[in-house]
Amino acid sequence: MSNRWNTGLNWSDVTPERHWLNRRALLAGAAGAGALALAGAAEARIAAKPSPYSTDAAPNTLEDITGYNNFYEFGYDKSDPARHAGGLTIAPWSVKIDGLVDKPGDYALDDLTKGIALEERIYRFRCVEAWSMVIPWIGFPLAALLDRVGVQPGAKYVAFESLARPDEMPGVKAGLLDWPYREGLRIDEAMNPLTILATGLYGEAMPRQNGAPIRLVVPWKYGFKSAKSLVRISLTDTQPRTTWQGLQPREYGFYANVNPEVDHPRWSQASERRIGGGLFAKRVDTIKFNGYGEYVASLYAGQDLAKDY
Amino acid sequence: MDRVHALLRRVRPWMVYALGAIPAALLILRIFTGDLGIDPVKTIEHRLGEVALQLMVAGLCITPLRRLAGLNLIRFRRQIGVLAFVYATLHFAVWIALDLQFRWAEIGADLVKRPYIVIGFLAFLMLVPLALTSSNASIRRLGSAAWQKLHWLTYPAAVLAAVHFVWLMKAWAFEPLAYLAGITALLALRLWWRARKGLAATPARA
Ligand code: HEM
Repeated sequence: MSNRWNTGLNWSDVTPERHWLNRRALLAGAAGAGALALAGAAEARIAAKPSPYSTDAAPNTLEDITGYNNFYEFGYDKSDPARHAGGLTIAPWSVKIDGLVDKPGDYALDDLTKGIALEERIYRFRCVEAWSMVIPWIGFPLAALLDRVGVQPGAKYVAFESLARPDEMPGVKAGLLDWPYREGLRIDEAMNPLTILATGLYGEAMPRQNGAPIRLVVPWKYGFKSAKSLVRISLTDTQPRTTWQGLQPREYGFYANVNPEVDHPRWSQASERRIGGGLFAKRVDTIKFNGYGEYVASLYAGQDLAKDY
Repeated sequence: MDRVHALLRRVRPWMVYALGAIPAALLILRIFTGDLGIDPVKTIEHRLGEVALQLMVAGLCITPLRRLAGLNLIRFRRQIGVLAFVYATLHFAVWIALDLQFRWAEIGADLVKRPYIVIGFLAFLMLVPLALTSSNASIRRLGSAAWQKLHWLTYPAAVLAAVHFVWLMKAWAFEPLAYLAGITALLALRLWWRARKGLAATPARA
C-alpha cells in the first residue's frame, strides 16, 4: 500500500485558501441560483477523513473536473454538463432501494446516509475514451449502505439507475441514449472497499455536472461504470443489462475493467492522456485495473478478462 | 449574377488561400488566449477535421451551384481542394504529434484496426493524389479526361470522411449524419446528371 506518502492531511489542507475561494465561487456559479442553500452549506466545507486508498498524485483542478464531463443526460459534448446541469433539482432527493434486500423502500437521501462517516478518496479516473484525471472525491463505501439495508444471500449483482428527467436534462429530452442510464456491478465488486458512493469532491457538495447529489465511483473500471445522480439501487440474482451494453454489446462489456491488454474496438487502451496539461497533456501508459490491482485483481481470479471485458 | 461574377473576377487565388487560413489562424490565436477549453488537443483536432470536411463539401458544391444557380466558382475549386488537403494533413499531424504523441506502435495499430481511423486514413490517402495533381502542368500531362476521372476520387473521399465522423461518435449524433446525408445527396445528383447525359448521348431507340 502506498500510504507511506499519506500524511493524514486532506488534499484540501494543502491547497491554498485563495484557490479554495475561487473554487467555491466557481461552484456557486455553476450550480446556479437554486443552489444558494447548498453553497451556504459548502461554506462549512465537508468534513471528511483522509483515506489510505487515496493516491498521492496531484488532483486535477476543479475547473478541469467540473468542465470536462461525459454526462449524456445533458448532451454529447464534454462542456454540455457544465452548461446545462445548473437547473437540476437535487433537493429533495430520494433513492429507491429494492430487490433482494431486507429493508427495501424509497429513502430520502439524508436518511440513507445519516451517520455514515465521509472519507476523502483521491482516485485516478480513467475514461474509456483513453483520457484520465485525478479526482478528490468525498464519499463512503457502497458496502456501508448495502449493510444498512441488508443484502439477502441470493443477491449476486447490484443494479444502478440514474435520474432521467427530460424537463431538466436536454440529452434525456432529445433521446440521445436509451434512458434511464443503467449500470451494474457484481456483488463482490460492489462490496470492495474501493467502491464508493460519492456525495462531494474537493471538500464541497457534489457539483451537478459531476452527478449530484450522489453517484457511484469504481476507480478500477472505465468511467462509464460510475453512474451519476443515482435514483435506484437494486439487488438482483441475474446480471443486470447496462445502457452501453445495450447500445454496443461488442464494444462495452459488463465488467469494463481498465485493462491495457484488452483492446476496445474504438480506442487503443494501451495509453491515456492525462487531462490538465494543456496542449501538451502527457500520454502515459495505462495500468491494468487502473493501478488498483493489489486490491481488486483477486476478484477476477480464474476469469478470462479478454472474454469478460 | 453578372455583377457577382464581375466582382469574383477580381479575386486572386492568394486571396482564397488567405481566407482559408483564417480558421487555422484563429486556432493559433486561441492557443495564446487559452480559449481552447480543458482539452486543447481535442479542440484543435476536432476543429481541423471539421474544417477539412467542410471544405470538401464546399468543393463538391461548385458544379451544382453553377448548374442550378448559375454561379460560377469553378476558378476557386483548386484552392478549396488544396485547402481541404492542408486541413486534413494538419488534422492527421495533430493526431500523430499531440494526441498519440509519436507512439508509433500505437499509431500503426490504430491505422489498420480502428474502423473510424482506418476510414479517415483512407479518405486522407485518396486526397493525396488529388493534391499532387492540382496544377495545370498535371492536367496537361495526364490529359483532361484522365485528370477528371482521377478527381472523381473527391466523392469517395468525402463519403469516407463523413462515415469517419459518424463512426467516431459513440452514439448516433445529428451533425455527422447531416454531413453524410448532404454528401450522399451531392453524389447522387452528379450520378443522375451523368446518367441523363449518357442517355442524351445515345441516340433514342424506337
Ligand atoms: C479527409 C480526411 C479526414 C477528414 C475530413 C476528417 C474529419 C474529421 C471530423 C469532421 C472529425 C470530428 C470533428 C468534430 O467532432 O467536430 C474528426 C475527428 C477525428 N479524426 Fe478525422 N478526418 C480525416 C482524417 C483523419 C485521419 C487520417 C485520422 C487519423 C489517423 C483522423 C483522426 C481523427 C480523430 C482521432 C478524431 C477525433 C476523435 C475523438 O473524438 O477522439 N482523421 N475527423
